Amino acid sequence: MTITFRLNGEEVSLKDVSPTATLLDWLREDRGLTGTKEGCNEGDCGACTVMVTDAKGAKPLNACILFLPQLHGKSIRTVEGAAGPDGQLHPVQEAMITHHGSQCGFCTPGFIMSMVTAHKNGASDHDDQLAGNLCRCTGYAPIIRAAEAASAAPVPDWIRSEDAANLPATDGDAASLRPGSADALAAAYAARPEATLIAGATDVGLWVTKQLRDLGDVIFLDSCDDLKDITEQPDGSLRIGAMVDMNRLRSTLAARHPSYGEMLRRFASQQVRAAATIGGNIANGSPIGDNPPALIALGATLELRKGDSRRSLPIEEFFIDYGKQDRQPGEFVEAITLPARPAEQGDGLRVYKLSKRFDQDISAVLGAFNLTVEDGQITAARIAFGGMSGVPKRASHVEAALIGQPMSSATLATARGEFARDFTPMSDMRASADYRLEAAANMLARYFDDLGQTQTPTHVLEVK
Amino acid sequence: MAVAKPLPHDAARLHVTGQARYVDDIPSPRDTLHLAFGLSTVAHADITALDLDAVRQSDGVVAVLTADDLPFDNDVSPSAHDEPLLANGSVHHIGQPVFLVVATSHRAARVAARKGQISYAERPALLTLEDALAADSRFEDGPRIYTKGDADSAITSAAHVVEDTFDLGGQEHFYLEGQAAMAQPQEDGGMLVNSSTQHPTEIQHKVAEAIGLPMHAVRVETRRMGGGFGGKESQGNALAVACAIAARATGRTCKMRYDRDDDMTITGKRHAFRISYRAGFDAEGRIQGVEFTHLVDCGWAQDLSLPVADRAMLHSDNAYLIPAIRIESHRLKTNRQSATAYRGFGGPQGMVGIERVMDHAAHKLGLDPVELRQRNYYAPMQSATAPAGAPHDSFVPAPDAAGDLASRGAPAAPADVTTPAADVQTTPYHMPVEDFILHELTAELLDTSDYATRKADIATWNAGNDRFKRGIAFSPVKFGISFTLTHLNQAGALVHVYQDGSVHLNHGGTEMGQGLFQKVAQVAASRFGISLEKVKITATDTAKVPNTSATAASSGSDLNGMAVKAACDTIRDRMAAYLAERYQQPVSAVRFEGDRVIIGSEELSFEAAAMECYTGRISLSSTGYYKTPKLEWDRIQGKGRPFFYFAYGAAITEVVVDRLTGENRILRADVLHDAGASLNPALDIGQVEGAYVQGAGWLTTEELVWDQTGNLRTHAPSTYKIPACSDRPDVFNVALWNGENREDSIYRSKAVGEPPFMLGISAWLALSDAVGAYGGSYPALNAPATSEEIWRAVRRIAPEA
Repeated sequence: MTITFRLNGEEVSLKDVSPTATLLDWLREDRGLTGTKEGCNEGDCGACTVMVTDAKGAKPLNACILFLPQLHGKSIRTVEGAAGPDGQLHPVQEAMITHHGSQCGFCTPGFIMSMVTAHKNGASDHDDQLAGNLCRCTGYAPIIRAAEAASAAPVPDWIRSEDAANLPATDGDAASLRPGSADALAAAYAARPEATLIAGATDVGLWVTKQLRDLGDVIFLDSCDDLKDITEQPDGSLRIGAMVDMNRLRSTLAARHPSYGEMLRRFASQQVRAAATIGGNIANGSPIGDNPPALIALGATLELRKGDSRRSLPIEEFFIDYGKQDRQPGEFVEAITLPARPAEQGDGLRVYKLSKRFDQDISAVLGAFNLTVEDGQITAARIAFGGMSGVPKRASHVEAALIGQPMSSATLATARGEFARDFTPMSDMRASADYRLEAAANMLARYFDDLGQTQTPTHVLEVK
Repeated sequence: MAVAKPLPHDAARLHVTGQARYVDDIPSPRDTLHLAFGLSTVAHADITALDLDAVRQSDGVVAVLTADDLPFDNDVSPSAHDEPLLANGSVHHIGQPVFLVVATSHRAARVAARKGQISYAERPALLTLEDALAADSRFEDGPRIYTKGDADSAITSAAHVVEDTFDLGGQEHFYLEGQAAMAQPQEDGGMLVNSSTQHPTEIQHKVAEAIGLPMHAVRVETRRMGGGFGGKESQGNALAVACAIAARATGRTCKMRYDRDDDMTITGKRHAFRISYRAGFDAEGRIQGVEFTHLVDCGWAQDLSLPVADRAMLHSDNAYLIPAIRIESHRLKTNRQSATAYRGFGGPQGMVGIERVMDHAAHKLGLDPVELRQRNYYAPMQSATAPAGAPHDSFVPAPDAAGDLASRGAPAAPADVTTPAADVQTTPYHMPVEDFILHELTAELLDTSDYATRKADIATWNAGNDRFKRGIAFSPVKFGISFTLTHLNQAGALVHVYQDGSVHLNHGGTEMGQGLFQKVAQVAASRFGISLEKVKITATDTAKVPNTSATAASSGSDLNGMAVKAACDTIRDRMAAYLAERYQQPVSAVRFEGDRVIIGSEELSFEAAAMECYTGRISLSSTGYYKTPKLEWDRIQGKGRPFFYFAYGAAITEVVVDRLTGENRILRADVLHDAGASLNPALDIGQVEGAYVQGAGWLTTEELVWDQTGNLRTHAPSTYKIPACSDRPDVFNVALWNGENREDSIYRSKAVGEPPFMLGISAWLALSDAVGAYGGSYPALNAPATSEEIWRAVRRIAPEA
């Protein structure tokens, strides 16, 4: 198919490109636009950040793990297009010069594009907006000063015009490569069950850039707009389409489950959250994906589809073993449904992410806790962990030790002893087994404090 | 005058618009070839067979080279000829290059490089310091030992003794631009090399050896690096040499850049240390004596490990006058990446050692750690400025090894050293300390940071919190400035004034983000009294300035600024002499200022003056040269004056810790740093801020983990965690000390690249202070103090907490 997008205001149509050619390689090697840098080739440093605008608005994305077909019908700004047509600098560029925000300059184009996008979107949570951009020279302080200084400046015309109303016309999608609906996807995948599904490519991208795999047949999911719906059902449950990205999920859940929302703030980075999908985070079955434990604790239901047949299962049953999920050839994750929250009590869900670095780090342990407490007695418990096992897993012995017991230190002490029955974690570069095990148990202690409001604050990030 | 102005980085506009070109951005011919190494997958083995058929048959492969195919020297070592470009029959770490793929694209080369079938006969791998020590696997014939006084008896007779052993991890440079090089064959067999290197002369030297040509046939150009931090002092050799060999073999331009994972797997990092100490203090907390043992993980090849380990010894005093000291340093050879230069070059490790001793002693004696430190400071400097002193001009015979003399790994010539008078305070290596300013600097920082009040507030807060504890700590820095290999303390420059008054500037220093080019341009503009726009900054080029030293040891602006000043002054003096005669004025009446040349009552624009001089047949081009005075150093005995002067600084950091998980963060940091009379306060502040965060990262989240086979498991930013945006201190107050260098440095400024890195030690000490609030005994943190390490420490000292 022909891939059409707008690049720095100019329309580009590409024929006969490899579907797994990355935007970064194409920009640098074919287009001669070398401003966008390769720092890590895995989406963890942000040096390749570009601004991509689609019908939902502008977002920063890592060009190194962004395949060309994902850009069909969209508009891209690279650092070469941050300044105006007459060379007039963007306010964040001016501010980065004035505030000495660049030293070696190699990360700078990525920072500029993250800042241009945040500035366009009116975002002022600079630390979060820039968590996916690593700088080794400045210590970040001057970059934040620049972001603050530029925040009040108006969005320049050439960036404002990057909007949904101004996307390139395309001659449509090739249904085989980019199905345009869940139905079309179901048909295509049923016919070619060996194909690799590509949602946000934040994981699959690394199969190409790091494992150097030839993916063969691929199907891109990002035109399946009906998989991006979030629907509140009459019973109060929330159905979330598989292609909902992490930033949308975060804003959706921030009010409903604030602790989950806070975890998503720390989930990867702005660039990765803008691409990564809830369906992808579940379907790839990683033992250290951060959503599954939280979804298990919420009692979410997974909806799978193959052709026209659909089935649902409690999400924890999807994860069978390390690298093995309950998914048939040709079957895909269509949606996840969160149950209604009991109206009479507050949100009992707490999600604790433990990682070496707070932002943009894979969890050593992710603990998700959801107890129902009535009259001081624990009547229901859903507790799940990531990083403690080959799969995201419920702490069933711990849960059993809690149910029917009062919220007391004696209960806590008993339950702590059950962790070793539920989990035999491994030691790796993120954490040792004994640390994982005890940190997990200590998270339960934190949860007791948190729910009982006996400790304020509950996390070092809240200490001012 | 341009000097001392807080001007932006010279390339700031190019950076923010994406126009700044790095090596991989330089346009190259359409038929350019791309290179990748096939790597060893075992830590120590003999290669029994090498089957590269699948590599050769892989798409796009043009050539595959092994050690047998190399035309001349198979060596990329900066020091001991022990680092083959391609493995020569045996491999010594996981990630060692074994074969070289030359292909039509970067990806094709990478894909092919993974298809090699290497058969190994494995040999025992030394993967820990214990193993290496037990096997007596080391560089040099035994430990290096520096002594002053009788440490053992001083400690034995002291009122209080502290002793312990702790681990201090290494650090990945994580320059954002990975290693990269490009070689273009020239018409006469010569080679033009673009390299992301801090040391173009060494690249030139190693490439010349590898293609069997004199150095004059190889020209190396470096406009900028995307970060270096020491990681591009010697680690770029392999890429440049590989490109040159492949370019020679194919006649085509060859490019190579490491993918990030390859970069981290192949290249060296900061040296990990295990430090043991035993120190004696009197009842008032005055140190009587200390013994250190450094076990240094040098990795598989010597590289720059000897001077790194030396510098660690040379900073084992930090800011403290220690009457008796013994430092024993074991440079151990292990089957890991060959550790290399990294900002501070061993100094940080040595300094952490003595700061740990001070921290431990303050805990044991129940003294305020700041007060204990102040009691042990060197005495203040006596007079403001030092006599200039002649350059050390005694005859120095060249070292006899035919290695790369421009490397810090080169052997030193024998040195005669002067013995200081008995009443002069000296370092453990017998160098007088004449410029000590930390008394005043510390007092000012304690005041501006409100240390005493905050310390009391923290104690109150901690008393009311069982789970969270805050900690606060102070640490000073005294860092020696000069290459310890004395002959490297020289620099050259080349300056042209064109007939239109514009100035072309070149020198031997390289730009890696530190702002060296701008600082040096400010010097040039100031010497001619012209505005900075008239000075053109140009890429470092071995054809313009030869025999340069690495841009390292914080020396860039000291050395190159002086060389440029010399070149400018030569031209200026010629112009002044000519114009004075022409306008019948004394030479003393000629001044260069405000873009004009004033000759008594006459006045010319600088352009007009240049034009007049040109037509008057005055040479408007000059080289400049500088060598640092006063240096004399015997590294075997550990005696002399290795440093021209010391740079100082101090920091106070406040942290908070959660005992449940060990999670922690920096709440506030206050820094006061000595850059002398700053050449550019904005750039210097930038160095200090960035260095603090990098130093704190080293000691907190940046953990290198190897598995039991010697495989580095933290080989990408997904697993190796440098500080991110939100990891900088919430409150971050950074200021420069208002003072001049006592020594006659360029405009009395001080070097600033490395010294502030060690301000990050205060973050580690603050974590120790916070952990100490949970219980009675000393926290005894290892480094990096990850959340897990903090959690372990809390469990050690407060198991019931």
